[in-house]
Order: sequence, then C-alpha cells, then structure tokens
Amino acid sequence: MIIAKKKFNSRLIVGTGKYKSMSECAKAIKLSGAEIVTVAVRRVNITDKNKPLLMDYIDPKKITYLPNTAGCFNSKEALRTLRLAREIGGWKLVKLEVLGDKQNLFPDMIETLKSTEVLANEGFKVMVYCNDDPLMAKRLENSGAEAIMPLAAPIGSGLGIQNKTNIKIIRNQTKLPLIIDAGLGQASDATIAMELGCDGVLVNTAIAKAKKPFDMALAFKNAVIAGRQSYLAGRIDKYLYGRASSPKTGIIK
Amino acid sequence: MQKIKKIQIRVNGKVKFIPANYSISDLVKNLNIPIKKVAIEHNQEIIDKKKINRIILKKNDKIEIVHFIGGG
Repeated sequence: MIIAKKKFNSRLIVGTGKYKSMSECAKAIKLSGAEIVTVAVRRVNITDKNKPLLMDYIDPKKITYLPNTAGCFNSKEALRTLRLAREIGGWKLVKLEVLGDKQNLFPDMIETLKSTEVLANEGFKVMVYCNDDPLMAKRLENSGAEAIMPLAAPIGSGLGIQNKTNIKIIRNQTKLPLIIDAGLGQASDATIAMELGCDGVLVNTAIAKAKKPFDMALAFKNAVIAGRQSYLAGRIDKYLYGRASSPKTGIIK
Repeated sequence: MQKIKKIQIRVNGKVKFIPANYSISDLVKNLNIPIKKVAIEHNQEIIDKKKINRIILKKNDKIEIVHFIGGG
C-alpha cells in the first residue's frame, strides 16, 4: 500500500485508543503487523508527570504516527489540532475527521471538505474520514485529499460495511488509496472491505474491545491479507442455480 | 525580605503562578516536560520550539501544551 509516496507492507492501520493499558496497546499493534497507527492530540497532564507516554511504548521511528482530529466538531478545531500535531514531530501525514453529530458520530462533510482544502494548501498529506458517498469522495479528491477513508458504519458500532455498493462505486472512480475507516466489528468485515477492492482498513474498537485483543489483532492481520489475495485472485461469477463441480460423464449406472 | 512578584497565567486550563521575567522555556523546564514530544500554543498561536527561551510570559497568558495519546 502506497500512501503519500511511502510504501507500507501492511494494509491494516490500527487505532491506539480504548486499550486497558499502553503495554496492551503496544502488543496488539505488534501482533496486528500494522505500520501506521492513529493517535490523538491532547493536553499534557501537567499535574501527574509520571503518566506513561505513548511514545515510550510505540516508537514513532518504527511505526508511522497518523495524528487524527477525533473529537473536533468544526474546521477551526480540526485545523488547530493538526497544525499542533505537525509541530510535535514534523509529521505531514494526518487523518482529518470532523464530526457533525455527537450521537451517530457521522462526519460533517461540509466542514471536512473546507478543512481538506486548507490543509492540502498548507502542505499536509490529508487522509480524510468521510461518508460512503461517491460524490463527496470525488470532491475530496479534487480538493487535494491524499486518501479517501469512508466509514463502514458509525464509529465504534461494530456493524461492518453497511453499503457495499457505494464502496465499490468509490473504488471504481478513484485511484487514491481507499481505506475503510470505522465501524468494523470482526475480522471478516475487513476481508469484505479488501474484497471490494479497498487498499486498506483502519480498525480500533474491534481489536481494543475484543474479549481477547491480541487474538483479534492477529485475526485482523490475517483477514486483511486473505481479503486482498481474494480480490486479486478474482472471484467467480454469481449464478442463481447450482452448477455441479464433478463431471457429468462416466457416472456409474 | 523582598517579596517576589508573581504573575498569574493559565497552563492547559489550570491557573499557575510564575515569577516575573519567566520564559516559556523556564515554564517547560519547571513542569519537566519533554520538549521534543510536545507542541506549544501561546495565546492560541503555535510557537516555534526553538524560540521558547525568547518568549517572556505576561499576566493572563494562556499556554497549551499538547502531545500524542492513544486514539482511533
């Protein structure tokens, strides 16, 4: 998978939120084989200086940090967050996520589109969380997005891909990296995403909140590989009726 | 004994009292913050970390110090 001219061997991107501890998070990431992880930008705790730091557990030299704008509800907040993120470590590759509704967490696409334009003009490489709307995906592409990241279902819902048709249409219209972001619940959901022709998937809750996060991290790793292989291998046509697998000739009578 | 004049500022939303002529660099050192792992805003303006020793804090200044944490 190539994003912003950089080659990644793994097509699985994982989030670093919702884990019980930093060490659990680090181990799950290792097992998932992911080379990109999403991270949030938040205030440093100035009263408790002994709080463990993410960078002490996940080495940003080995794993690409993808700062996100989770929790931002307008363009202004999102831009402020990502400009700060760039200042922390000089990253230009970022994930833009501007939410519009506190309950369903759907993206506000008008604010998202505005922010994409501004960030692209400032030299950011913007991977954009968006709705599974082909027209909006096209607009993002025209505004300078580096990757299109449509949701499968609401963030953290675990519902899996709700609109395969839209994802296929977006796949057919864009050469940009297409990454399913949000809403996956189990490993097979990732396989389906890859079989639809997506370049990758982004998973957080499905791994972090699984009963056995380490096993689920491994399952997602394998599911993404299987889905990609299946897509490249090319599936058979679909038929309404049965088609025998064994020859009809030479049957004993 | 001469009383040292203290200035009130806000750091990450919390009130903090600092001596006069205190730079952002002094503040970062005082809070024991690993400068390479954070970004700093001074009154909503992102500042170049190389220049923090040149910025002297004034009364009611607002400082935000952020870093990366786990997120999806």
